[in-house]
Amino acid sequence: MSEYQLQEIPVGPYKHLVSERAISGETMILNMGPQHPSTHGVLRLVLELDGEVIVNCVPEIGYLHTGVEKNMEAKTYLKAEVMTDRLDYMNNMGNNLAYVMAVEKLVGLDVPPRAQALRVILTELQRIASHLVWLGTTALDLAAMSVFLYCFREREIILDIFEMVSGQRMMVTYFRPGGVWRDVPVEFEAAVRDFIKLLPKRIDEYEALLTKNPLWLDRTVGIGKLDAATALQHGVTGPMLRASGINWDLRKVRPYMGYEQYDFNVPVATQGDTYARYIVRVQELRESLKIVEQALNKLPMGPVRSDNRKFVTPPRSEIGTSMEALIHHFKLWTEGFPAPKASIYNAVESPRGELGVYLEGDGGPKPYRIHWRTPSFDNLSVVPQIVKGHLVADLIAILASTDIVLGDIDR
Amino acid sequence: MGVEQKLGNMGVVTTTLETAVNWARTNAMWPMLFGLACCAIEMMSAQAASYDMSRFGMELMRPSPRQSDLMIVAGRVSRKMAPVLRRLYDQMPEPKWVIAMGDCASCGGVFNNYAIVQGVDEVVPVDVYVAGCPPRPEALIHGVLTLSEKVKGEKFKDLTKA
Amino acid sequence: MDNKLEKIVQTLQEKFGATFEEFRGEAHVFVKPEQIVEALTFLRDQHEFALLSAMTAVDYWPQESPRFHVIYQLTSLTQNLSVQLRIPVNGSQLKVPTATGVFAVANWREREIMDMFGIEFEGHPDPRRILLPDDLDGHPLRKDFPLGYEEPQFTFNFEEIDVRKPYVKE
Repeated sequence: MSEYQLQEIPVGPYKHLVSERAISGETMILNMGPQHPSTHGVLRLVLELDGEVIVNCVPEIGYLHTGVEKNMEAKTYLKAEVMTDRLDYMNNMGNNLAYVMAVEKLVGLDVPPRAQALRVILTELQRIASHLVWLGTTALDLAAMSVFLYCFREREIILDIFEMVSGQRMMVTYFRPGGVWRDVPVEFEAAVRDFIKLLPKRIDEYEALLTKNPLWLDRTVGIGKLDAATALQHGVTGPMLRASGINWDLRKVRPYMGYEQYDFNVPVATQGDTYARYIVRVQELRESLKIVEQALNKLPMGPVRSDNRKFVTPPRSEIGTSMEALIHHFKLWTEGFPAPKASIYNAVESPRGELGVYLEGDGGPKPYRIHWRTPSFDNLSVVPQIVKGHLVADLIAILASTDIVLGDIDR
Repeated sequence: MGVEQKLGNMGVVTTTLETAVNWARTNAMWPMLFGLACCAIEMMSAQAASYDMSRFGMELMRPSPRQSDLMIVAGRVSRKMAPVLRRLYDQMPEPKWVIAMGDCASCGGVFNNYAIVQGVDEVVPVDVYVAGCPPRPEALIHGVLTLSEKVKGEKFKDLTKA
Repeated sequence: MDNKLEKIVQTLQEKFGATFEEFRGEAHVFVKPEQIVEALTFLRDQHEFALLSAMTAVDYWPQESPRFHVIYQLTSLTQNLSVQLRIPVNGSQLKVPTATGVFAVANWREREIMDMFGIEFEGHPDPRRILLPDDLDGHPLRKDFPLGYEEPQFTFNFEEIDVRKPYVKE
């Protein structure tokens, strides 16, 4: 077909971003993505190459732009929550948490202790699941196929737990403003305990496959060095920042949901290369497991959602017997609740970094403006800085180590 | 039951060319390694240890559209992505099939707004729609088997018409 | 509000004539658009606000002055503090000086605001659209931009919508 002949990428739009050698044709402009197996989604990179060495890299994003922010403004606070799951689809529980915490902060709603502990357990399980996917796909990118199969095997166990509590494997919408959807079933505790017993051995297995593997070391050590000052300049947060030697974890410095009760370490590395980011994430797997175990041991009894009927729907059991509960249920789901005319910014630590929600109310039942400060967006913006001078094959390693999720970037 | 029981001891089998070709097509269908959003993660799950789609001759994901027969549109298609998707489809050699995986690809799903194409059938012709947000890996495998049934019933005269 | 934060807000008030609001322990400091680069540099260098956590805008359409607020959320890692700077932007004068010289992260964030709200950042090194296709007309997060809702197809209206739905040809 004539209209789809091989086209050279015009330098025009990137004139100010590439070197002069590209304009004279000395270096080559190469397009990578949006359909590429190693870009972890629909990311497009325009590379300027001198042989196989990267001179410049221009990320083009927006191929998964979903209009989440605009769409959430058209829904009530309760109904907008379904959008949050689909933003960063590796961190569904974490997105729910960021959103419901923002709503709770805006309207001033308290959460019962049992719901807080459940939120911590499930968010940490989600962090483990996210890191497992990261480890699996990164290893796959760097040609270690078996790690991918093992990581997904363990992830299935977590997804089964999610399905047990919420009825869905991924799009859980389990946390609700003022608590959680409903109490966990009785099998929950045994399932989580089995998982806690199982995973440390499995992490040892992954580490046995990778940590001292000379091929893995060759591909990762010294690749994509990111120093702390550049990281901060580019707003990098999360494991990437901690791998560059800055100890900044919102769970530790600004504890929410009772994280201050749990004893855990924040893994930090100083090298700032791809290997350091791998080490930090693997250690985070173990730390998250520690938090889950402590939270499960301390899991208090009691209600799982606030009984403030102005904001929280009554439990199903009451609706059948109480007229008032039925009215509250009906009003909250059709009309919604009003939030004050004010704005808040609330951030939580997602597996990728600081996940912030800017939420502004206008006195009505719908968010006037909601903005998601997503960690992948900023973490990706530093990639052009750190890939310069590396080979194309190293770009794959660096990109994988940033742990970007395109749903998180493009929103 | 092995093939020898069907063949008897003659070593010969009679069938139509259509049946033989369609049988061959269904048993080595190479999907394109092409994930868009959430559903892509479930597509990966379907290929990983627990679900193992290679039982149906589909383990070989091809990163290049020129080597693949099946496009699984896994996830929401934005207006910016739609031309890229169409181009990938055009690059695939005939015969080719499309599975719209998940609600967003099938009809827009929860995202009814300016940015998302309301159903990928506005961009490429779809053979099988898989419902769910995201569909479970079993649902995707069911979708693939449904497509196999469809391919087995295809007639040569319908293919040449297009 | 935290004592340390209160002091910082006071210095901002003295230095830039800023006004401020407080809500649930958060400080929202209003400065003038032309002061924003200076204010950000001052906070970064004098008070160790090394991280520009978030940057966004809000549209108050149909109100015209100010029509937009551009918001800068700053975090200090050493003092564990956050402060929010807000600048009002009039609908007739959609120009804000760029902060890319102070924080490199502002580059993409400003491109996003440019894309979504149509606010121009003067002196921006790479003023291209970032998330939306180049041929899209308008700025979606403005309040006068429609959501783009399409009627869902159900059993009762299947045929009616089927007629006008733009199905692709082979």
